[in-house]
Amino acid sequence: MTPRDRRSLLSGLGFTSLWIVGFGTFVAYPMLASLFYSFCDYSILKSPVWCGFENYQTLVRDDLFWKSLRNTLFFAGLAVPLGTITALSLALLLNCEVRGRAFFRTLFYLPSIVPVVASSMLWLWMLNGKFGLINALLAPVLAPFGLTPPVWLADPAWAKPALVMMSLWGVGNAMVIYLAGLQNVPRELYEAAAIDGAGAWPRFRHITLPTIAPVIYFNVIMGLINALQIFTQAFVIAEGAEGNPARSTLFYTPYLFSTAFYDLRMGYASAMAWVLFALIAGLAWLATRLMRDSLH
Amino acid sequence: METAAEKSPAPVRASRARASRRQYVIYGLLACAALVFLTPLAWLLATSLKPVEQTMSMPPTWIPRTHSALLDGERVEVSRDYQVTQPGVIAEITAGPEAGRRLLFTDEQAAARQAEIRVLHRVESGWWRVTERSATNIVARTARWDVVPPEAIESRVRFRWENYPKALVALSGKSVEEIEAEARRGASAPAAAAPASDAPGFSTFLGNTLTVCVLGVLGVVFSNALVAYGFARLRWRGRDTFFAITLATMMVPFPVLVVPLYGLFKQLGWIGTLLPLWAPAWFASAFNIFLLRQFFRTIPEELSEAARIDGCSEFAIFWRIILPLSKPALATAALLHFLFAWNDFMGPLLYLTRQKSFTLALALQSYQSQQSGVQWHYLMAASAVTILPIVLLFFFAQKTFIQGIATTGSRS
Repeated sequence: MTPRDRRSLLSGLGFTSLWIVGFGTFVAYPMLASLFYSFCDYSILKSPVWCGFENYQTLVRDDLFWKSLRNTLFFAGLAVPLGTITALSLALLLNCEVRGRAFFRTLFYLPSIVPVVASSMLWLWMLNGKFGLINALLAPVLAPFGLTPPVWLADPAWAKPALVMMSLWGVGNAMVIYLAGLQNVPRELYEAAAIDGAGAWPRFRHITLPTIAPVIYFNVIMGLINALQIFTQAFVIAEGAEGNPARSTLFYTPYLFSTAFYDLRMGYASAMAWVLFALIAGLAWLATRLMRDSLH
Repeated sequence: METAAEKSPAPVRASRARASRRQYVIYGLLACAALVFLTPLAWLLATSLKPVEQTMSMPPTWIPRTHSALLDGERVEVSRDYQVTQPGVIAEITAGPEAGRRLLFTDEQAAARQAEIRVLHRVESGWWRVTERSATNIVARTARWDVVPPEAIESRVRFRWENYPKALVALSGKSVEEIEAEARRGASAPAAAAPASDAPGFSTFLGNTLTVCVLGVLGVVFSNALVAYGFARLRWRGRDTFFAITLATMMVPFPVLVVPLYGLFKQLGWIGTLLPLWAPAWFASAFNIFLLRQFFRTIPEELSEAARIDGCSEFAIFWRIILPLSKPALATAALLHFLFAWNDFMGPLLYLTRQKSFTLALALQSYQSQQSGVQWHYLMAASAVTILPIVLLFFFAQKTFIQGIATTGSRS
């Protein structure tokens, strides 16, 4: 190593030193430690005791683990596709040359920055079975068919769809990203297609979609990671980590949270966390494959 | 426009008509979507300004109203409690242990107890039971009440802004009675309106939240700018590998880190303090490093070269040239962190153990779970107060927000 190399290495390490400390302390150490704990019997009160694969074996037989996993996949399976469609549709509408675009964009974006605790509270009230606005609007529509609206968050069958509906209110963030992507699509491509007489759908299918595919990929991955870690909404509407009503909103992260910090089974919770990590990595890999195949 | 269209050849006219029809469809769809997105926020605001019984009226009403009626010959503000379903009488009991009490009797009940009651007036079905509402007198037992015909109730629009200060007091977990008692104290001695109890209140929660937000934002800007500079503008052995690892850490879900982090903060004695919520921000984070690095790379290398030839140190180049040029990117990182810290719930839930260190988000949730959803007007007012600063911040820095979000998506 020449003195010049050494000097530049030193200044590089100097500038990044805070992150070297941060990476070690807040990322690398916790990852290694939790991987180790996942093979241990550990409560924070006593030091960890090695137990091999016991935590993982227990997981396979834990009904609540499977329940929380199913609930979470159900939620993500609905929220991610519906969120993608909603956000992309809104962005496409805004991408038409309309007056007042900035106004509408602001309006659609705003709910996505509302603190989750407050927005959950608001939806808890909107979806109230007795006095909620949603049911007040739905009841007269359903009445002619002899139907009554569900009690939403108090009904095990409807609590998750209600949470999906809540999540759709917050698609503004993804919408802004899509809109930026749409505005990067070269205008000449559309003009050329218009000359060739291509209609709206072929233009969308063959120009818009391929160009913004990387943006969709990014949003779907981020949406998936967020949806699989759903916590605050569920915690607020269920008033705790038990997943009321009838465990229908027992999601993965709240279950992990209560296992670690209420039951103090921190080794077991760490095993759960690594399973989640593997799941996320697996799905991200799958999405990457799909993305690559669809482009070729 | 019409004359122009009349002069145009037919195909042009047709395509114009099609284009304008398309415009109408787009505006129609946008307006519908806008209505759907706006309604929840409007409902939040409407509820927060209503009296409690109006929040539970069916069908729901949008405009907050107040009602007044004549009670004992005096027009006072009242709450409409319920509508009577059977005709009857209001009568005063004249004998027995309950003498002096006024009650509502159905006709049969009144006939059966004819001897011991004195009829005051008749009541028809559909009349409202109303209770006097006043600052000092909300508990129904001691309040004046009557059953009056609907036309005797005067209704007018009134926004109950006083819900807001009451909701903020309620945030600290006090009951309605305590709030009323406090209001009484405040009314009788305005100078001594300071909170009488030692429970932490709204100002404490706001102060905690701002502490976490501001110290975190300072840390995020300072640390990430330095680190991103190291990744963006310097060449050194191992840089690219380290950067690739850094990006990969963005995929790691928080639950993987949470148990050892909790243990670490416990070792440091930070549990129960605000430190775990802002101190890590001073050691950079993958997302912000990425965001700033992307921006730093767009600044022409010649600027740095020229400064190096002039004998500037690397830190001077960073401090005097790159930082001043990077204000938009730094503002984006600052805003996004402020938003995150203000909205964060899991962190405070994990690390804050005593009420006096609660942030607003946690205080709001703990208030809601304590009173388990009946005071919707207070809950909505408290939520509105939590939302308002974020909305204001957004309107002042809209461009930074939107551009920042848009650039986060263009990294792939």
